[in-house]
Amino acid sequence: MKARIPLTVLAAGLMSVAGYAALFIAPDERTMHEIQRIFYFHLGCWSAMFTALTITFVANIGWLLTRRPQWDWLSVSGAEVGVASCTAGLITGVLWGKPAWGIWWTWDARLTTCFVLWLLYVSYLILRGLIEDPGRRATLSAVFGIFAFLDAPLVYVSNRLWRTQHPAPVLLGGANSGLDPTMGRVLMISVSAMLTMMLIVLADRYRLERLRHELDELRVAGETRPGELVSALAKAPRN
Amino acid sequence: MSTARAAAILLEKELRLEFRTRELLNATIVFALVVVVLFSFSFDPTSAESRRIGPGLLWIAFLFSGSLMLHPSFGREQANQTLDALRMAPISPFALLLGKMLANFLFLSAAEIVLIPVFAVLYNVSVLAVAGRFAVVLILGTLGLCATGTVLSVIAAHARMRELLLPLLLLPILTPLLIAAVEATASLLAPQPGLERGWLALLAGFDIVFLTASWLLSDFLLEE
Repeated sequence: MKARIPLTVLAAGLMSVAGYAALFIAPDERTMHEIQRIFYFHLGCWSAMFTALTITFVANIGWLLTRRPQWDWLSVSGAEVGVASCTAGLITGVLWGKPAWGIWWTWDARLTTCFVLWLLYVSYLILRGLIEDPGRRATLSAVFGIFAFLDAPLVYVSNRLWRTQHPAPVLLGGANSGLDPTMGRVLMISVSAMLTMMLIVLADRYRLERLRHELDELRVAGETRPGELVSALAKAPRN
Repeated sequence: MSTARAAAILLEKELRLEFRTRELLNATIVFALVVVVLFSFSFDPTSAESRRIGPGLLWIAFLFSGSLMLHPSFGREQANQTLDALRMAPISPFALLLGKMLANFLFLSAAEIVLIPVFAVLYNVSVLAVAGRFAVVLILGTLGLCATGTVLSVIAAHARMRELLLPLLLLPILTPLLIAAVEATASLLAPQPGLERGWLALLAGFDIVFLTASWLLSDFLLEE
């Protein structure tokens, strides 16, 4: 965890630069004006979510193939950070939707997909809490995690097909058609700031899971072989 | 023993077990009926209104009764500790899963066959003219529901609060299936019945994706 302090400083720096750039440097958007500035933060949340959930998916497969507990720690960390980013993305989206579209929520393909993803990964975390045996918890939740990830494109396609048949009253008016170069640069900074922050939180969550695992092992050792506990404690890393 | 043969034997076992008591089937049919009747109080069931809301209502009733009906499929094996016996049998885990899936598919289809005429009468919609195409939608939808539901019932059977957990895991996964099935049914019940190929493709795609995933993951799912 030596890289932790420099990384944290980097993330803090990036976040401050991104916040300043989004508020003061990025040019005014033509139709939405100041409201549009939430976009830099909003898109950052989604890129963090997709990265975190992809990490979970890879970790789920990794656990099933190798059975190394590290993969399981990574998958729960990814899912938790992904749900947090998804929540932030949904909230910023709702806040943006009201002034931009006049309504808080619309059942657009992207919004619906993200909401369903949120539900799926919250269920994933609930499922993990309800299985006692660690090995079985890892395997069964990995199967569900893979199902949830496979479901995401299907949810998107089904909503896409549905909404093209019945056009929604409000269409996405974001900066879809060509970004101003300054806007593009500000966007790059804020997305990389959010991604760095997400990775730090993920690494911390992973460390917490590892420590939990070590604690469990020590507890088992303490119950079965009390003499070994003392020597194990003496050897334990102090972090 | 081949996978197909093993699955057929398991299917026969499931059917024999069920038809001794018929308790699962009876309860499922009555539950679906209760959902359909209760829904009628939430709106005015005139012909036009029924066509608009009916398809969604029908599939929600199937999804709810399916998610309740699928639970005993592995929950019963877990409670009686017969799951270990099944695991020890010299058959592939996918055969075990497939036998259960087919049994659940038949049970839910049976419930649907009873429910649809009742629905048509109560909500004043005509399904006879489009029976063939409707059957295709029902088969594809029910297959997807039972394939995902059977896998998730294995997962839920190993957890605490399993009765509540299965719908929680299953219903969000079924979002694409629900949208496609409801839209396909709605287009069949419209004044000029038609069937969009896109919805059928989506239903078939859902079935293929999750049947393949179940096949690939069955070893992990049923390991000791």
